[in-house]
Amino acid sequence: MSANPSVTGRRARRHIYRLAVAVAALALTAAACTSSDDADGPAAETAGAADAGTSDTAAETTETTTVDTSDDDEETAAPVDTEPIRVGSLLDETGPLNIYGTPMADATRLAIAAINAEGGVLGRQLELVALDSKSDQAEYIAGADQLVAEDLAVVHAGITSASREAIRPIFDEAELLYFYNVLYEGGVCDRNTFVTGVVPTQQMQVLIPWAIENLGPRLYVLAADYNYGQISADWVQEYAAAHGGEVVGEDFFPLDVAEFGTTVSEVQDASPDAVVSLLVGGAHMSFYSQYAAAGVNADIPIVSTTFGLGSEQVALDAASAEGIIVAYPYFEELDTAANAEFVAAWHSEFGSDYPYITDLAAYVWEGWHLWADAVNAAGTLDRDAVIAQLESGVSFDGPKGTVTLDGGSHHLIQPVSLARANTSNGFDVFETFENIPPTFEQDVCDLIASPDTNEQFTP
Amino acid sequence: MSADRLFNLGFDLATTISILALVSIGLAITFGMRGIINLAHGEFIMLGAFATLTGVRQGLNIWLAMALSAAIVGVFGIVVERLLIRWLYARLVDTMLATWGLSLVMVQVVENVYGSVTEGIAVPVGDFSVGAYSMSSYNLVLMASAVGGVVVTYVVMRRTRYGLHARASVQSPTMAESLGVNTSRINMWTFGFGAALAGAAGALLAPLVGVIPTMGQTFVARSFMTVIVGGPAFVAGPVSASGLLGFVENVSTNQFTPVIGQAMLLIAAIVILRFMPQGLTGRRSLR
Repeated sequence: MSANPSVTGRRARRHIYRLAVAVAALALTAAACTSSDDADGPAAETAGAADAGTSDTAAETTETTTVDTSDDDEETAAPVDTEPIRVGSLLDETGPLNIYGTPMADATRLAIAAINAEGGVLGRQLELVALDSKSDQAEYIAGADQLVAEDLAVVHAGITSASREAIRPIFDEAELLYFYNVLYEGGVCDRNTFVTGVVPTQQMQVLIPWAIENLGPRLYVLAADYNYGQISADWVQEYAAAHGGEVVGEDFFPLDVAEFGTTVSEVQDASPDAVVSLLVGGAHMSFYSQYAAAGVNADIPIVSTTFGLGSEQVALDAASAEGIIVAYPYFEELDTAANAEFVAAWHSEFGSDYPYITDLAAYVWEGWHLWADAVNAAGTLDRDAVIAQLESGVSFDGPKGTVTLDGGSHHLIQPVSLARANTSNGFDVFETFENIPPTFEQDVCDLIASPDTNEQFTP
Repeated sequence: MSADRLFNLGFDLATTISILALVSIGLAITFGMRGIINLAHGEFIMLGAFATLTGVRQGLNIWLAMALSAAIVGVFGIVVERLLIRWLYARLVDTMLATWGLSLVMVQVVENVYGSVTEGIAVPVGDFSVGAYSMSSYNLVLMASAVGGVVVTYVVMRRTRYGLHARASVQSPTMAESLGVNTSRINMWTFGFGAALAGAAGALLAPLVGVIPTMGQTFVARSFMTVIVGGPAFVAGPVSASGLLGFVENVSTNQFTPVIGQAMLLIAAIVILRFMPQGLTGRRSLR
């Protein structure tokens, strides 16, 4: 029996407190990690990503068959071969990143189905091995290893830049052709990797001149505090200077910041002509609500290269979103025959109440089609032959119009449209610019001339 | 500094503190009273936000929807306590594991029902100007609600029979039971009350943040830090900690950058806990 219950009670309480402090610390780290993943829709920290993964948990296989189809002649595509061609996908279908991953995974399935419906590739059907990386960096490593072991023809994978930099070396090593179909900070130069996503220079060369001309020269930049935000903010500076504008204020926000009261005041202090938002992720969505709640959005408009990526225009009420100007290659509202067909196919597959077909979904669609067309044109699944075909400057007419692969940089020359968020949780597209080149990547990266280059360039 | 800027600074500061107090007071009750580390606290906040969203979409008046949301989350808390928590009192690590599991289930269920992105709701009141600054009137609602939440908690815990029994059950469960207090029932109400306060916080934040299934994560770390720094007193703790941490974060964000603001917040918490390991109210016993 305890001699002094109050002393043991106090000791117990102290013990509880110690534990609680440890828990709080853990919770904080966890929140910091997940929310940094969370936010990385358009790419994240590139360094140190690879060492995150010594996971032993294999990513969940959602659509693999147990049939072993690993005949060697698959690679050479003998004419009599009717076995399906196995292809891979690795995306965050669950967890906080699924605001980006869900439309991408849906686009993957739709693209495979469409290619199969048109007769497949080399006369063979595609069979998808789709893994879910669960918004977990470790799952990416495990998933990539699993895909390499599956003997696939191509892999389309990765959402955050951290995930891409973790899996890209694995696919390089295995000589497994890799497509990264996401808007990101730019600069990846790797012969085995093809990027269909838009890069900052493509959005900025359209958005910043428009903002300066139509709203005024003084810009205030609000950016997520990681490499996408940092690099994009530099590009804003550069394009503003080149077009007679200036950046009068610049703030960077850790990805779990959800309170922007001070920022709203500081923007009012600086009274710029426009705010350039490079904010990313669920927590940062709060900025738009709080900016609108203070009534500042009526006086100082927002332009953005990230708003809408996580369907912000849906998640926020219309009054907070209305009037925000964005620049992307694809919008569900694009008024073209090709897009009407694409949207109809999407809605008949996933229901007409689908929240929004995101820009990311379109890159996935194009990535798969460019690959399928290149293989058909090359007449073989041989990696070098397919890369050579892709580098020859292939084009694809998709829902957003014509996109052309820039052979030297392995990035897309694509249209970029300006749009204004409207009151019905969507966008009104008001101007489209065709054939916008990835200027920075073209400057620094020529994989035809020097195929051994393998790095990510930064401005 | 001009008068309008000064007012604006004070207004921002009061908003930050109010939000901290709102998101942490529910946790302070379950933790301070029962020693339950509820890792699903953020998801209770999320549930409150989704309940409000649903209510408004069904055509309810937004204030009514918010009040209902708090009640709904409170009832949900009672159910959770009966099914899960009550088997685990005094088993700290087990409650953490159980509530963490619960948080995962809640996120996934809400996502299956609403999808990963769902339509948000509008801020129900307008804005006002002081000098050169335009500010949200809704922040006044937040401040009033934070004060209201604190007062309600104080009154319930200090001025009602339930509060007396609840405190007795904490201080000396055996003695309380032998005097006829049904401590098991009291624990149920305490957890429900904490959950209702979390639900109210979520309801109030719904118009100001992106309401998505994973939003709980944004708040849970902050609430925990506030509660730990505050210490065991369930009213004085969160109030003093919100005030102190809110002040540090707000002023350093304002003077420097948001990154330094976040860093200073953590540094302040670490320094306080180094010298006051049981929090700001650690030396005061529960009475």
